[in-house]
Amino acid sequence: MTEPLETKIEPLQDLTPSEPPHSQWKDVWDQFKKHKGALMGGSFLLLITLGVLFGEYIWTIDPQKLDIRNKDIRPIYTILWDSGAKVQWAHPLGTDNLGRDALANMIVGGRTSMAVGWVAMLLALSIGTTIGVLAGYFRRLDGPLMRFTDLVLSLPILPLLLVAVTLFRDALRAQFGPETGMFLLIVGVVGVTSWMQTARIVRSEVLALKEREFILAARSIGTTPGAIIRRHLLPNVISPIMVSATLGLATAIITESALSFLGVGFPPDFPTWGKMLADAVPRMDQYPERVVLPGLAISFTVLSVNYLGDGLRDALDPRIRGR
Amino acid sequence: MLTFTIRRLILAVPTLLFISLVIFLLLELAPGDPMAQVPLTVPPEVKMKMREALGLGEPLHIRYWKWLVQFFWIEPQVLFDNLFGTTFSEGKQRILSWQTRSPVMDMVAQRLPQTLWVVGMSYVVGILIALPIGIYSAYRQYSIFDQAGTFVTMIGFSIPPFFTGPLLIMIFAVQLGWFPSVYDTTHVVNDWDSFMVQLRQMIMPVMVLALQTTAQISRFMRASMLDNLNQDYVRTARAKGLPEKVVVLVHVLRNSMIPVVTAIALGVPGIFGGAIITEVVFKVNGIGDQLLNALFANDLPSVQTLAFMIAVLIVLFNLIADVLYGVLDPRIRYD
Repeated sequence: MTEPLETKIEPLQDLTPSEPPHSQWKDVWDQFKKHKGALMGGSFLLLITLGVLFGEYIWTIDPQKLDIRNKDIRPIYTILWDSGAKVQWAHPLGTDNLGRDALANMIVGGRTSMAVGWVAMLLALSIGTTIGVLAGYFRRLDGPLMRFTDLVLSLPILPLLLVAVTLFRDALRAQFGPETGMFLLIVGVVGVTSWMQTARIVRSEVLALKEREFILAARSIGTTPGAIIRRHLLPNVISPIMVSATLGLATAIITESALSFLGVGFPPDFPTWGKMLADAVPRMDQYPERVVLPGLAISFTVLSVNYLGDGLRDALDPRIRGR
Repeated sequence: MLTFTIRRLILAVPTLLFISLVIFLLLELAPGDPMAQVPLTVPPEVKMKMREALGLGEPLHIRYWKWLVQFFWIEPQVLFDNLFGTTFSEGKQRILSWQTRSPVMDMVAQRLPQTLWVVGMSYVVGILIALPIGIYSAYRQYSIFDQAGTFVTMIGFSIPPFFTGPLLIMIFAVQLGWFPSVYDTTHVVNDWDSFMVQLRQMIMPVMVLALQTTAQISRFMRASMLDNLNQDYVRTARAKGLPEKVVVLVHVLRNSMIPVVTAIALGVPGIFGGAIITEVVFKVNGIGDQLLNALFANDLPSVQTLAFMIAVLIVLFNLIADVLYGVLDPRIRYD
């Protein structure tokens, strides 16, 4: 015997009213917030970017000003273990062997390093994305372009960079002036030699995307390939591009510093972090802070960029998001 | 397996040709004249003769061809002669350095062992450290060990070798005095004491380079192990009653090694780049150091040959990785 049902079956009800619809980017932000390292990395990067951009309005000492009387001043924290050290509150990070203020130089040097990093990264991204999209979308271009990418990947990058910078230095300096010429040269060579990973990732994404129905639909109403790429493909590959952008920024900053370190970077009176580090190495037993401070600046910037990239990768991947 | 290896070897030829062309054109298109230092009082026809003596008079493609012949035909003959005492290369024009007027390859032969020794050692050490870290991190995902490993690899990614090098010198050579700060390449190992000296002077350069390698490879190893640990065949292996050690170290590890081997091969160009910096920092007189010297002295034949030597080494290592790839994954052998 079946017992009679005592409760009436009600239509299903949501326990809580459903949330208003929100955009994909809110989901991304929610996931991103969960990654503590990425959040810290992002804030640190923002801080350091603002610092190098606007630092000179707060710390108004001219970085190039020579002050021989106040040369070789140690950073202020040296007093903690060496009470006899030569320190001054006027120069909290000390001065170099010509009396130039270290903090002001760090700010200006950081601006150059960051600018090189950003521009080179954008250049590498645009080359990589173009090649990746072309190779992924047009089957005829796929073979040659990817073969080319593989070939470029097996090039000895740093030796070639060294050769290129040394050989083209004088011509570009004569053309655009010492600083701009060097900037263009370094940005150019770093950008041209670091697009390969982006191209590979974008290609594989485009290959998968172009088989989807919405591309078929777009094509069936007569959308031109250019419009499909611009309106349908590029917005969908934005997340891998952003992730490789962070990696590219880190690589570009390190490469620029490495070139400066090897002595083929910017002109001598134009500080960058890598150059400051390289200049300080011969006297690092007496003034270790001159190696450590720029080195830490490079390392922390790159570390924060890497953490940011890690968080972005998690946040932008819909399979991980929401877990 | 043999045909696979031969096919890979043949595929390496166009790669090497492309790289040699890039290097040649880069040096060719560069503004700047090697005769710029010659005084203006030297008459033009003498200058012309000097250019020809330097090998600059011929058109582009002929010089490229001659360089290729020198590099791929005459220099191997010299090597063969040196090994077996024959005289194939007698009277043939070798690649001469403008700096020292001696064959570039002789200097490379003197300096290559140092580079290979330091670079190779650090790569091996790096991989040996990275693999267990990666395996264990994946096996105990999100454990303390894994978190610490992630942090250390992040640091390894982020701190460039030109900072770790001076930092290590400052701590271990200047403050503690444990290791020498300069790598002495003339040191000969003939007994236990000299071996210890060699070991001590190698530790710092090797560790600087190995830190980079370890960071990259252990990341790859961890990700690849994680992909495989959830596969059905792992459950099958466990269900069969295989011991956990066999499941992880035989079944999962072998399958996970496939992408890792690619990562190892792709890391080789980076490690040679890092080697140049390490050689500068620790004053190892390897080929990276030689490349820098030649560059600053505007010694184009040396630069050309050295950059290409580094490229050859990279291609060689990629080739080894490709063959290993075939050993690990039978599917690749028969495509």
